[in-house]
Amino acid sequence: MTAVSFSVNGRRHTLDADPSTPLLDVLRDELQLKGTRFGCGAGECGACQVLVDGRSTAACNTPLAAVEGHEVTTVEGLDRCLVEAFIAEQAAQCAYCSSGMLIGAAALLRHTPSPTDEEVRRALDAHLCRCGAHNRIVRAVQRAAQALVQ
Amino acid sequence: MRLDFAADGSVQVRTGKVELGQGIRTALAQIAADELGLAIERVQVLPADTAFGPDEGVTSGSLSVQDGGSALRAACIEARRQPPRTVPLVGSSVPRTDLAAKFAGAPSFIQDLAPPGLLHGRVLHPPRRDAQLAGVDLARVSSLPGVVAVHRDGHLLGVLAERSRDADKAIEVLSAVARWAPGPPGPEESQARAGLTQQPASSSLVAEHGQRPGDGIARTLTARYSKPWIAHASVAPSCALARWDAGRLEVWTHSQGLYNLRRDLALAFGVDADAVRVRHADGAGCYGHNGADDVVFDAAWLAREALGRTVRVQWSRADELSHAPFGTAMAVDLAADLDARGEVLHWRHQVWSAGHSGRPGRNPAPALLGSWQTAQAVAEPPPLNMPLASGGGAERNAVPGYALPAWQVLWHRVPATLRSSALRSLGAFANVFAAESFVDEIAQATGSDPLQWRLRHLAHDARALAVLDLAAARGGWALRTRADGVGHGLAFARYKGSGAWCAVMAEVEAGAALKVRRLTIAVDVGQAINPDGVVAQIEGGAIQATSWALKEAVQFDAAGITSNSWASYPILRFTEVPAVDVHVVASLAPSVGAGEASLGPTAAAIANALFDALGVRVRDLPLSAERIVAAMNDDPR
Repeated sequence: MTAVSFSVNGRRHTLDADPSTPLLDVLRDELQLKGTRFGCGAGECGACQVLVDGRSTAACNTPLAAVEGHEVTTVEGLDRCLVEAFIAEQAAQCAYCSSGMLIGAAALLRHTPSPTDEEVRRALDAHLCRCGAHNRIVRAVQRAAQALVQ
Repeated sequence: MRLDFAADGSVQVRTGKVELGQGIRTALAQIAADELGLAIERVQVLPADTAFGPDEGVTSGSLSVQDGGSALRAACIEARRQPPRTVPLVGSSVPRTDLAAKFAGAPSFIQDLAPPGLLHGRVLHPPRRDAQLAGVDLARVSSLPGVVAVHRDGHLLGVLAERSRDADKAIEVLSAVARWAPGPPGPEESQARAGLTQQPASSSLVAEHGQRPGDGIARTLTARYSKPWIAHASVAPSCALARWDAGRLEVWTHSQGLYNLRRDLALAFGVDADAVRVRHADGAGCYGHNGADDVVFDAAWLAREALGRTVRVQWSRADELSHAPFGTAMAVDLAADLDARGEVLHWRHQVWSAGHSGRPGRNPAPALLGSWQTAQAVAEPPPLNMPLASGGGAERNAVPGYALPAWQVLWHRVPATLRSSALRSLGAFANVFAAESFVDEIAQATGSDPLQWRLRHLAHDARALAVLDLAAARGGWALRTRADGVGHGLAFARYKGSGAWCAVMAEVEAGAALKVRRLTIAVDVGQAINPDGVVAQIEGGAIQATSWALKEAVQFDAAGITSNSWASYPILRFTEVPAVDVHVVASLAPSVGAGEASLGPTAAAIANALFDALGVRVRDLPLSAERIVAAMNDDPR
């Protein structure tokens, strides 16, 4: 056990934990932030993406030690504008993959505020959606981009 | 159906249908709000629970609006306390009542339930469901940090731990120290598919009309099509919670059929069904019978070792892609006798398939994976097949919808190589893919336009003509131009012969790999309770079918399933997803389901567009680059 300090959604945490614990387990089980979801445990599906210092990162295979001193943002801490855009476009069916999509969108819009559809698709290509809501999600990201630019 | 009115006039609805991401909770709330004269915010559709009822069977088969919606409407009319809404919600695209919370990251899914005192369980199933445990050193696992119990029961192994992380580590070690004796070697994927039509089968006549004529046959066209085993591949591996208290079992599940699950749990654990309470919690999309029911057995089995604490079992990605049931491989033979003018005289459709339903609740033995692997194991029941009157399984959509002078449909029931159960649209996917590909082959052989051939043989069905005309008009069928490597294709089916009418026009680009550029879809579901919900289901089904048609096949060898990760079982990604335009026919006719109508026609439209682009007919799914190249080498134009 080691004391690990990091911040989540702007709030500082110091946890006495095994530093190899996946960040996903810490978020879900220790901090009770259930919005980040388990999908594969191998960083292959995008369901557990979080922002670490603004970069989209798979929480399932990121050990707690790797975020020592860093800023983590989960879906619960995202700009409301993104969530509103997803609601406006009804951009999901089951919505299990949605938090990862929202994080992927946030990471994209940080450095590409007005992406083309193709850029949105490429940015989200590592995110799997099984329900077939992809085109709605692209529209939602574009809607969020417009709202954020204004 | 149960309606509980609060003093403020709001109402809580208990329904037997469950939310799977298809938006049923919203559609049912619209119906209730209309009949009870309420705003939608004042209608709360509660999760299904066997402690309250009603038993509405399984949430499957695109029947929830058709059957569940009608039952709810009748109940609401009876319980009505004020006039119905003057401005109805039914027919308008009311936003989903559950999505805002899900997008915001609120605890929403079964995976998010965390009652106090929870223990985390993991179960190690044999690598093949008939493999035997040859040896395991349990002491290696029980001494690990946080491990509460290690459980061996026959060929089933499990661990309980205080924390999720400890459970994951323990199951990893357990997996490494368990030694398995494989059962008799099973076939590999390629052999299994080729062998579909060659193994002993139990053959039956599904339906026929008229007789094959004795003379007048100028030529006979034949073709054989096939589809592989396909995984449900939910993005969320299955999860369940269970707790035993004084001989009574309480479970939380994302199953589609709570009462059937309750019956099989009672059978598996030797208790009365009354001693089992099954509660639904929202799951991710399942697209049929996946691991949802099996993981409940796992949780209940481990909870017996948990001294009254609640146990949460989370399947892994590999569990979901290798232990859950699959949609069975199928082969379909079509034959058409043509007269000298090219008119069809007799049409024959033969299906080789295992049964399509391995769901709980329908066999003398429980249909739960773990119950076949413990020391008190029961034999795995063979998959059943829905009767044609209920839509059929293997033979779903095998009966032609076209006006033909005579036809015959046969089903050759073959043993299931892998574990077969309901996958979205059941046999309709393969049957429509085959029949609608074959229609284009007939049109090609007789010099007909594929659209005109279909319209000419559907004159008896105005709603079929309407969706075909609409898809063709919006997709630009008449205006389509020839460009190198670009092709267009059409397909149509009325789901189950009694459900939604759906026509799809596909535009594809055949380069190094096949890319689907655009799908233009017209659908008639009768009255659309929530038009945007219908669009979402049709669009989602079409994108999933594109994934099945282009990429998907469960891979296996003699030792078990090898496509057990997203790397080895790839599905369609954002950059591969086509544009999808869905046109819903305005109608006040009785509602039919939308969830499964677009899958078969989408696959056939893509195959027909591929033929248009390259002049090669690929009859075995998926339409991979290898198969396209092989078809070009076999059949150079």
